[in-house]
Amino acid sequence: MSDLTKLSAVELSSELTKGSVSAVEVTKAHLDRIDSLDKSVQSFLHVDKTGAIKQAEEVDKNRKENKKVSSLAGVPLALKDVLTQKGVPTTCGSKILEGWIPPYDSTVVKKLKSAGIVILGKTNMDEFAMGSSTENSAYFPTKNPWDLTKIPGGSSGGSSAAVSAFFAPLAIGTDTGGSIRQPAAVTGIVGAKPSYGGVSRFGLVAFASSLDQAGPFARTVLDCAMLHEVMAGHDPLDSTSINQPVPDVVSAAKLQDVKGMKIGIIKELGGDGWQTGVLNRFNESVELLKSMGAQVKEISIPHSLYALATYYLIAPSEASSNLARFDGMRYGLRVDDGNLSAEEVMNKTREKGFGKEVKRRIMIGTYALSSGYYDAYYAQAQKVRALIAQDLTNAFKEVDVLISPTSPTTAWGLGERVNNPMAMYLADLATLPPSLAGIPAMSVPIGLADEDKLPVGLQIVAPFMNDDRIYRVGGAIEASLKTKWNGLLIDQAPALGGAK
Amino acid sequence: MSTYDEAIKKYDPVLGLETHVELSTNSKMFCGCSTEFGAEPNTQTCPTCLGLPGSLPVANAIGIESTIRIGLALNCSIAAYSRFARKNYFYPDMPKDFQTSQYDEPLCSNGYLDVLVDTDDGTKPFRVEIERVHLEEDTGKLTHAGGATGRIHGADYSLVDYNRAGIPLVEIVTKPVPDTGEYAPLVAKAYVTELRDLLRGLNVSDVRMEEGSLRCDVNLSLTPKGSKTWGTRTETKNVNSLRSVERAIKSEIERQSLELDKGNKIKQETRHFQEDTGTTRSGRSKEVAEEYRYFPEPDLVPIAPDKAWIEKLKKDLPEQPSIRRTRLAKEWNFTDLEMRDVATLGGVDLIADTIAQGTSPASARKWWAGELSGHASKAGVELIDLKITPTDIARIDSLVNEGKLTDKLARQVIEAVLNGEGNPDEVIKKRNLSVVSDDSALIPAIEAAIAANPDAAAKIREGKVQVVGVIVGAVMKTTGGSADAAKVRELVLKTLGQ
Repeated sequence: MSDLTKLSAVELSSELTKGSVSAVEVTKAHLDRIDSLDKSVQSFLHVDKTGAIKQAEEVDKNRKENKKVSSLAGVPLALKDVLTQKGVPTTCGSKILEGWIPPYDSTVVKKLKSAGIVILGKTNMDEFAMGSSTENSAYFPTKNPWDLTKIPGGSSGGSSAAVSAFFAPLAIGTDTGGSIRQPAAVTGIVGAKPSYGGVSRFGLVAFASSLDQAGPFARTVLDCAMLHEVMAGHDPLDSTSINQPVPDVVSAAKLQDVKGMKIGIIKELGGDGWQTGVLNRFNESVELLKSMGAQVKEISIPHSLYALATYYLIAPSEASSNLARFDGMRYGLRVDDGNLSAEEVMNKTREKGFGKEVKRRIMIGTYALSSGYYDAYYAQAQKVRALIAQDLTNAFKEVDVLISPTSPTTAWGLGERVNNPMAMYLADLATLPPSLAGIPAMSVPIGLADEDKLPVGLQIVAPFMNDDRIYRVGGAIEASLKTKWNGLLIDQAPALGGAK
Repeated sequence: MSTYDEAIKKYDPVLGLETHVELSTNSKMFCGCSTEFGAEPNTQTCPTCLGLPGSLPVANAIGIESTIRIGLALNCSIAAYSRFARKNYFYPDMPKDFQTSQYDEPLCSNGYLDVLVDTDDGTKPFRVEIERVHLEEDTGKLTHAGGATGRIHGADYSLVDYNRAGIPLVEIVTKPVPDTGEYAPLVAKAYVTELRDLLRGLNVSDVRMEEGSLRCDVNLSLTPKGSKTWGTRTETKNVNSLRSVERAIKSEIERQSLELDKGNKIKQETRHFQEDTGTTRSGRSKEVAEEYRYFPEPDLVPIAPDKAWIEKLKKDLPEQPSIRRTRLAKEWNFTDLEMRDVATLGGVDLIADTIAQGTSPASARKWWAGELSGHASKAGVELIDLKITPTDIARIDSLVNEGKLTDKLARQVIEAVLNGEGNPDEVIKKRNLSVVSDDSALIPAIEAAIAANPDAAAKIREGKVQVVGVIVGAVMKTTGGSADAAKVRELVLKTLGQ
């Protein structure tokens, strides 16, 4: 097997099952590629070589002994550094957690381990998942494998870069306002945010509890669905976890048929201010869906215009409380010369340990929750959130899924928006409404923008716990474009030499 | 006139009580850790109650049920929809730097508890209205080492034990209680006593003030007689016994009245009760409103208790303590005053258990409210915490009735049992404490007593048997109380020809 890193998870699974390749060989091939190329991409914060090989050996042993193993056993994966893995450092891209080794596995990691999926290491991210470019990582910025001068999206930019650079066929990200979908879009891969409560948050270091949701990245829709199926399911350790069967996303991804489906274009997400190349590719996919037999019409989600303002009150409010525990008292960074009071240690630790964007959001959130401002900001934002959700519920009375471009632009240059938070926040314009409503959404690659030859993503949104629908539409579009391009979009990635 | 009487003449006190009750659930409120008291520090912890990054809470259903039962027993309405809220503030005893509590959507609200207080005009009922009953988690326990005050300021270092962090805590807040006048301290004490018995009857908490499973904060303000606006209140913490509740209020009434007399304003502040002096000392100023930035806890789903379930809980509530006491007082033939003394001591259940084993109500009361309450107050613990059981007392009482123990010997047995020397029978055997009724053993003592009291002996010989007590008493004294008094009397009379 010449290049194991070019295979999809499904292809690897079939080779592993046949026995033509071992899990250790697959793991080593990916570790070698990371070794030689991640210097320039910088997608990993921590590569767990020993742990990964040990896991792979276990899978090989189980296969040899004819023990029942899951279909993804032996397939490697990159894990966003916001989910705990027992014994492996978790930093959330922050200096305040440097050196912390969690003593427990997140539920997602537990599920990955029991499926025999090999965890290669922890990927870079915007500090505490706050950002859209991974430049807010306290360690280093990650580069977009399509063009190393561009951002890989964020906050799960390490995961999107790792998958698009063929360091792993699968990755886990988390999405609070678009942190899976936007990085997937700008790196030309598939990323899905499940329904809120579909995947357990136990062990996911919280940014905004009512919005955070872990989800899969892959280079194909089917791979993504297979990983989704492993991650999802009810967890008694997470009160907000949904106690319902996991939607059959794998069958939906294989269906490749949208005939008769009613698809709504979100009217408010597009038009002036959106990159022409993005809109061109989006309009082509609308035509493509029509040609495949879908009924497409425009639908208004009027309150989506307020999604950005709503999100930037609710998420920072929750963050201001969630991030309080990083006070130097129990773990991670502690600034203390031995003569400081507890209060001074807390202040100095937080001053030194948190980056600029994290501090900005803690301050916004603290303000919005303060008495005298609560009603005008936090409470008001919750009301608008309900209206946005209501708009979407109403829309789903008319259509099966909604679509929009995933992000208004393609990947921008590193450093371009670091001093302009508003420009950075606008990258999430289209991904915020589904996040606020807690409904599932996916980004699939639909081509390259004419101006910069960088990937464009299509966002597909479905009603709560109908995650299968996003896979059905995503799988159909991917199949059709694959025929047109004679391969996946990611196969056209020019960077890193050996990509093709 | 005493300072207190002067104060009451000029001012009307307004009371308020905030009581924290640790529930006796097996596991903590939001995780599966044990709640057992007294374990090695930080051994009963997990990622959730340590607030480790990524951990999540899951609400303990028994904690919610217990809170609702407390609310029902306090005549509260139970919310159809209730939520947990985060109370945000930084302190090292809080693993998450926020406390999961309840804010504007508590489980129970608007109830009352009636208490009886002895006044100059006889026993009077007072109604204490309940504002709310809500559920929250306890914090860790800080121990400050070094420094003069034992408080965080000035300490060399502080140790935190998170075993207590996450234990379910129910907060019961009264509405302001006006119109109690000079009886304010007694009303407060009666309220906490009644509440303790009610909680014990519900079997939801150990309600041990000295272990901290029942903690009380006392709010107090004074209003000049005739004025319609209430004065500024202080909140006194560290009130750790029933007696302290009474003392703290009395002392705070005196302190505030002296301040007001001098024309000073009362500072809105937290004060700490000091057991040794019986007074309160100034703590944190509360003049600036606290900023807790409460908001609904997004990690927990709202609680919407089923109506039928609440009805069932209501139906299954135990008999209310006051009604039960009235019934038992009648059954046991106790006066109201006797019953109230027993209740204040927390002895109703102990006496009931002793009676259930065959002891007469009068004897059971004598042992617990007489003998044992003295031991308890000397040891500074509650009756229920003494290392002696109703079974032990029933056994001792029956030995006394059989003439195998004198009262004096019985007291020695009780002391030995309290000292951990074993059960009554073991103690009697070990210490050889049985009653002496053997003639040959008694005769020498009787002869000696007669010789020592020739006048009395002569009178008895003349037929004045009523003075026999003098000789019997002398014999009992020389035998150290181990003689059977009836037998001695018989032998004395026989020896003296009667």
